[in-house]
Amino acid sequence: MKLLQRERIDFAMKLIFQVTGLLVIAVLGGIFFMLIWNSSAFFSEVKPWDFITGTQWNPSGDPIRYGILPLLVSTFLVTLGAMIIAIPIGIGTAAFMSEYAGSRIKNIMKPAIEMLAAIPSVAIGFLGIVVLSPGLASIAGLSNGLNALNGAILLAVMALPTIITVTEDALQGVPHSFKEASYGVGASKWETLTKVVIPSAAPGILAAVMLGVGRAIGETMTVLMATGNAAAFPQGFFHSVRTMTATIAIEMGEVPFQTTHYFALFAIASVLFLITLIVNVIGEYFVNKFRKFHSS
Amino acid sequence: MKRLTPVIEWGTLLLSTGIVVFFLVVILLDLTIKGMPALSWEFISTFPTEGMTKGGILPAIIGTVLLTLITAAAAAPFGICCAIYLNEYAAETWITKLIRASIRNLAGIPSIIYGLFGLALFVQGLGMGTSLLSAGLTLGLLSLPYIITTTEEALRRIPNSTREAALAVGATQFESIRDVVLPSALPGILTGLVLTLSRAAGETAPILFTGVAFYINNPTGYLNQEFMALPYHLYMLSTQHHSIEEVRPLAYGTALVLLCVVFFLNLTAFYIRYKHNKNGPRAH
Repeated sequence: MKLLQRERIDFAMKLIFQVTGLLVIAVLGGIFFMLIWNSSAFFSEVKPWDFITGTQWNPSGDPIRYGILPLLVSTFLVTLGAMIIAIPIGIGTAAFMSEYAGSRIKNIMKPAIEMLAAIPSVAIGFLGIVVLSPGLASIAGLSNGLNALNGAILLAVMALPTIITVTEDALQGVPHSFKEASYGVGASKWETLTKVVIPSAAPGILAAVMLGVGRAIGETMTVLMATGNAAAFPQGFFHSVRTMTATIAIEMGEVPFQTTHYFALFAIASVLFLITLIVNVIGEYFVNKFRKFHSS
Repeated sequence: MKRLTPVIEWGTLLLSTGIVVFFLVVILLDLTIKGMPALSWEFISTFPTEGMTKGGILPAIIGTVLLTLITAAAAAPFGICCAIYLNEYAAETWITKLIRASIRNLAGIPSIIYGLFGLALFVQGLGMGTSLLSAGLTLGLLSLPYIITTTEEALRRIPNSTREAALAVGATQFESIRDVVLPSALPGILTGLVLTLSRAAGETAPILFTGVAFYINNPTGYLNQEFMALPYHLYMLSTQHHSIEEVRPLAYGTALVLLCVVFFLNLTAFYIRYKHNKNGPRAH
């Protein structure tokens, strides 16, 4: 092949690679635009304030109500429960793997955690229905166990691999000299872990928690299957709740195209998008902080 | 007391690890023990019959396989090209930073929002309707940030001396990428790709509104047709079926098959990685 031709191909390919890079920005921009466009159609009919503060979600009732508050509180409740369960267990497991476990246990735990992460959300939701729900019902004396607690436990299981992996990385990132200094002044292994290693890995651990929160808030199938989806305002962990994601999943299939109700579901999605965006930005802030701290 | 405290401290950490292992064991054991009786050659090779209460899940298996192939065909070239741009060409300008920020953002967007985007863009905007193609492209978008990230990592592991050697003997930059960099990074790229696909194969939310159907009596495999998929089949059998208790064994069977598909893809990825590590990464 002539050199000129080869150089032309080289130039053309460079252009193609560059365009794919720009297309990624376009995809995010497209999602952004889609959410804003459809939400604005909704907000031209329903006041944003009524949407955010409304305590009833009843798009097919009489009177029609588009209040996102019960859905927001449901999502918050389930996520909070999941984090209460997953954060201590996750940090404990990461600390065990990073500071105490030998390479043999590590070689078992790593693939085990990868396996847990690989299980599809719909399979976990299924087990919420067939295993966890009857269990919770008999312990708490309820007619069925499809409630916020069920969803919280399942989401904890799903968030655990992320929290463990990222926390372990953070713990491993703490310089060895820190530990040696601590041992040097006579601290025990536990004291070193709780007073030196975990505090200096704190930004990394917070980043792990934020990733877990983001995952829990955005999860659809498990909460859709396991929390009962009652449209009433959430009463607590032992009551049925209906999250933002579940509401979109349930109603989008039934709603006629381009009605107020249809646009309302995009408005929910915009709120969901905004929340996960904020959570991710906070997480990223902590990741950068951790990196800066330990690279200096 | 002093002697006991280390035991309690160590025990706390061991307990949390034990709980994680317990979760995994319960999930695997329950699905395997209750799913095994439903499994048979007939179950994976025949169509559902008598209102889903009998028969197999063949169309759901076919649907999931086709869907995953479309996802790969859509996302792999796009994602790999973007990673090549980021790692091989891009300088650290504001536009590169914007691309990287977009990728991180895309990875954090809930899957149900991808479903809405697929509905708005492919199903309605581009007029593809609820179809295999719409759903596959939607899953492709969802997979994109993961493919870019894993590919870029694989490319980063190729030492610069490799590139310089190719350039020094007169290759253009593209020829150096095509003939030297990509072949050496291939195992790493494939590992990331297959892991991403295993995730996509188990996704349900993005395909809910973009083309999945509860029952298709004649899956032609045409791209413009609706299709059945294993995750959605499991969802419907366990929540929406008219006689849920009666089809529970079938739901367990479906869950086990889905789990096998996902783990098979995972093992494939680990095998590629293992094989590559054994042969040794190239000159460092």
